[in-house]
Amino acid sequence: MPENDYTPTEIMTIAAARRLKNGTVCFVGIGLPSAAANLARLTHAPGVVLIYESGAIGAKPQVLPLSIGDGELAETADTVVSVPEIFRYWLQGGRVDLGFLGAAQIDRFGNINTTVIGGTYESPRVRLPGAGGAPEIATEAREIAIILQHSKRSLVDKLDFVTSSGFLAPTNERNGPQPRGRRRTTVVTDLGVLESDPATHELILTTLHPGVSPRRVRDATGWDLKLAAHPETTPIPTANELHALRDLHARTAAAHGRAASVD
Amino acid sequence: MGVVASLREAVQTFLRDGQAIALEGFTHLIPYAAGHEVIRQERRDLTLVRMTPDLIYDQMIGMGCASRLIFSWGGNPGVGSLHRFRDAIQSGWPKPLAIEEHSHADMAARYQAGASGLPFAVTRGYVGSDLPAHNNKIRSITCPFTGEVLTATPALNPDVTIVHAQKADRHGNVLIYGIIGIQKEAALAAKKVIVTVEEIVDNLHAPLNSCVLPSWVVDCVCEVPGGAQPSYAHGYYQRDNAFCHAWDGISKNRQRFLAWMDQHILSTSDFAEYRRSISADVGASQRA
Repeated sequence: MPENDYTPTEIMTIAAARRLKNGTVCFVGIGLPSAAANLARLTHAPGVVLIYESGAIGAKPQVLPLSIGDGELAETADTVVSVPEIFRYWLQGGRVDLGFLGAAQIDRFGNINTTVIGGTYESPRVRLPGAGGAPEIATEAREIAIILQHSKRSLVDKLDFVTSSGFLAPTNERNGPQPRGRRRTTVVTDLGVLESDPATHELILTTLHPGVSPRRVRDATGWDLKLAAHPETTPIPTANELHALRDLHARTAAAHGRAASVD
Repeated sequence: MGVVASLREAVQTFLRDGQAIALEGFTHLIPYAAGHEVIRQERRDLTLVRMTPDLIYDQMIGMGCASRLIFSWGGNPGVGSLHRFRDAIQSGWPKPLAIEEHSHADMAARYQAGASGLPFAVTRGYVGSDLPAHNNKIRSITCPFTGEVLTATPALNPDVTIVHAQKADRHGNVLIYGIIGIQKEAALAAKKVIVTVEEIVDNLHAPLNSCVLPSWVVDCVCEVPGGAQPSYAHGYYQRDNAFCHAWDGISKNRQRFLAWMDQHILSTSDFAEYRRSISADVGASQRA
């Protein structure tokens, strides 16, 4: 790939990485969120604090972990704590600025489904892995970023199941715990960026990646997506960003290839 | 049986059909050897408890050991789906599998309550989630001091917890390091505790504040080198990512899965023989 050309997945990862700042305490999901969070750490935000649910706090992996509990995370962390501690003291304790998640499906309020597709909960057409850490990350972190490929199958009008909630207004009618942390949701896709409207909490299209039309994004969205009054355009990836991201992926492939041959 | 025994003896002695058992290890130190031994000894009607069911419970579910699963994330990390887990839930094969589904934060809290001798766990969990509507163990409780409504779930107290660790000494004191996950809570919550270890040593040389299970909370220690493979043991070996990818193909088809389990697990007598069996298989496929 030429130096100044990039793929849709690369600009998605880079656009997501740019949202992290030095000092942001980020609770990181595996996969695309982990790639974006580490790209931020390796480029403009060396002081970002990455927390993984396996208990690694301040992890600085040189290669991307394949699982949420890879040894690389423990070895490069400031400290490693137990799983109950990470969720109780660090997440529920209100110490996380940004929860960075992936999702199978989201709706217009940033609710997330990672449980079942089609059928019923008891008898699903497709059973997905389930909740993991997401339900509490989604409600205890001050802000949520979700990274996923843009399509009508993933950005849907109605979720088959709400695994982790998006914005919920505090109400006296709810017979259960009330949301505390979450104030803002950002969704970064391979077409652009959606952000929650402070008044309605609905996700609106605020940024388009270069060369992507609003119509294309609306056509790939399962609900009637609203457009911001003055949508911005994502600055094209810099050579430095692309170099760092490709290096990270190359190191990761080489390391996992070596790890795979152990024994 | 002394505190140090073979894994076969430990499973024969402590595991009964119909029990609730937890094999823990959060992506690290997953007790694969112990899971295989449960399959070999054909335990049935088990309630399997584990935050991340992973390949080991995929194998146990597919071989018909389980009737119920208590869990919070059922995938093949970094690869995708667990096909035997999915087949059991979607099609009831090889038998129906009842599920009790949670979030990680809550599963961890349930083990903590179990280890703490409390009847239930409290979290600020599942706000806005559909999970409580499908799991009647997830209920709410009002704080007597603030009036805040919180989530309550019952303590987890497995009949048997099995974990894998790096080292034990000859008295049965156990040292765990690296990603320590939920192993201490799962062990202290259980009625009986079996620990498989990479090696038994004269002296643990455990640094201060280490995660140590003292011998008097451990019922049995079994030396099983490599016993967490294909997961990893920090300081001993890395995760076998190639196997985790290969499992996707092995497990997708029922007949291929059964043939693989028969060849490598049912037809081998212990974990050492299993390891020789799969490395011979890898060698054969590389030569082919």
